[in-house]
Amino acid sequence: MSDLFQGFVQALMLIFTIDGDLYAISARSLQVTLTATLIATLVGIPFGAWLAVSNFRLRNGLIILTNALMGLPPVVVGLLVYLFLSKSGPFGVFNLLFTPSAMIIAQIIIILPIIASISHRTIRSLWKEYRDFFISLNATRWQIILTLVKDSRRSLITAALAGFGRGIGEVGAIMIVGGNIDHATRVLTTAISLETSRGNFHLAMALGIVLIIVSILINFLMHLSIKSKYEQIDDRL
Amino acid sequence: MTDYKITGVNLVIEKNSNVLLGPMSFELSNSNFIILLGQNGAGKTSLLRLLHGLDYPKSGSLTWEPLIKIEEQSFVFQSPVILRRNVLENVLYPLILKGVPRPTAILQAKDWLDKTSLTQKASEPALSLSGGERQRMVIARALISKPKILFLDEPTVNLDGESKLQIENLLKQAVSNDTKIIMATHDLGQAKRLGDVVLFLHNGKIIETSSVKTFFNKPQTVEALTFLRGDILR
Repeated sequence: MSDLFQGFVQALMLIFTIDGDLYAISARSLQVTLTATLIATLVGIPFGAWLAVSNFRLRNGLIILTNALMGLPPVVVGLLVYLFLSKSGPFGVFNLLFTPSAMIIAQIIIILPIIASISHRTIRSLWKEYRDFFISLNATRWQIILTLVKDSRRSLITAALAGFGRGIGEVGAIMIVGGNIDHATRVLTTAISLETSRGNFHLAMALGIVLIIVSILINFLMHLSIKSKYEQIDDRL
Repeated sequence: MTDYKITGVNLVIEKNSNVLLGPMSFELSNSNFIILLGQNGAGKTSLLRLLHGLDYPKSGSLTWEPLIKIEEQSFVFQSPVILRRNVLENVLYPLILKGVPRPTAILQAKDWLDKTSLTQKASEPALSLSGGERQRMVIARALISKPKILFLDEPTVNLDGESKLQIENLLKQAVSNDTKIIMATHDLGQAKRLGDVVLFLHNGKIIETSSVKTFFNKPQTVEALTFLRGDILR
């Protein structure tokens, strides 16, 4: 209990004394996860939408695969990305290993199936409701996808937030591909892991509290940005 | 005037190996307002969906002379499809799909909101509308693209008298603006007030086609007579 309390006090001190290292680590955490979330969203939502409105032979197989990949173990993702980016790997020539870019790549692989799967389910249910209307208007595939994405935007932002949540708290993959290098690839989760192994529980706790605050803050801001009359209507229904 | 002839020959619609409609043959031409009458489950919705091209027949043929493309027709569903947008955006949506410039689409949509007494609701989320308002909105959305043929599936079911009257007036205006209407209903009063021709369906078949006057005064079949008496058809 005293570790928790002291951790909380230390977290407040680190925040209010504007500790340079803490802010740098937090900013890096945000930079890596927000970039990964943005890219995964830009790929995952159109992919989920395409999966929702298309009809082809391997569609069910692809849906099952996307859902299964949501549970991909981050450590395995880290290992695979490591092998691909290491000097002897196929992408070794880009010198990306132990850089924030490598961490972003690993996080995209972890986040993408989550965003794609939730997007698919959300858009599919709306598509079932709109389907006859689209046929009646002779809408093109592209018009259908744009309409569905626009009309389910709030749920899709929730999908992006789910991806962000998975990414910001992720440690296994980015530890392997980032290497937890001070002032280079250290982020909140890898710093917590390091400080815990060093026995600096107060500092680890403080970093953990900062991580939770950052995560809640981002979720809060996103929800605030999409809070609208539509949400109030949906809540009433 | 839009001239049209729809000819169906030996049409059958099946769902999960159950025959929903047919086999039926018919010829529909040039009536301003065709009413599909029949009990629940008679096949009215299936026939409307078949005519509009939402469902395909298992066998038989359906031909249009001249061809009126699906985008030149409109369909109002029994459960209105409400886009998760405001009322104005719902009404202008078909025009945007057709590539009409947004400012022009907005002007036209506002005009339709005026005609349907929905101007005050323009920026409200469409989901917040009442049942009658929703139906007026989807009819405005169906008519905004000036369809040659409008299909309606029980558009006034569960609506009160005033809302029903507003919608019937909209449909009369549409007919005077050269839109042909084919509507399913089981409201006999409405059929009398609006229709020119009645197609009476029973058990997935058209069993009587006649003018509204003849249908109500001298029905040709026992089933139609039973239906008009208000008795249960088996």
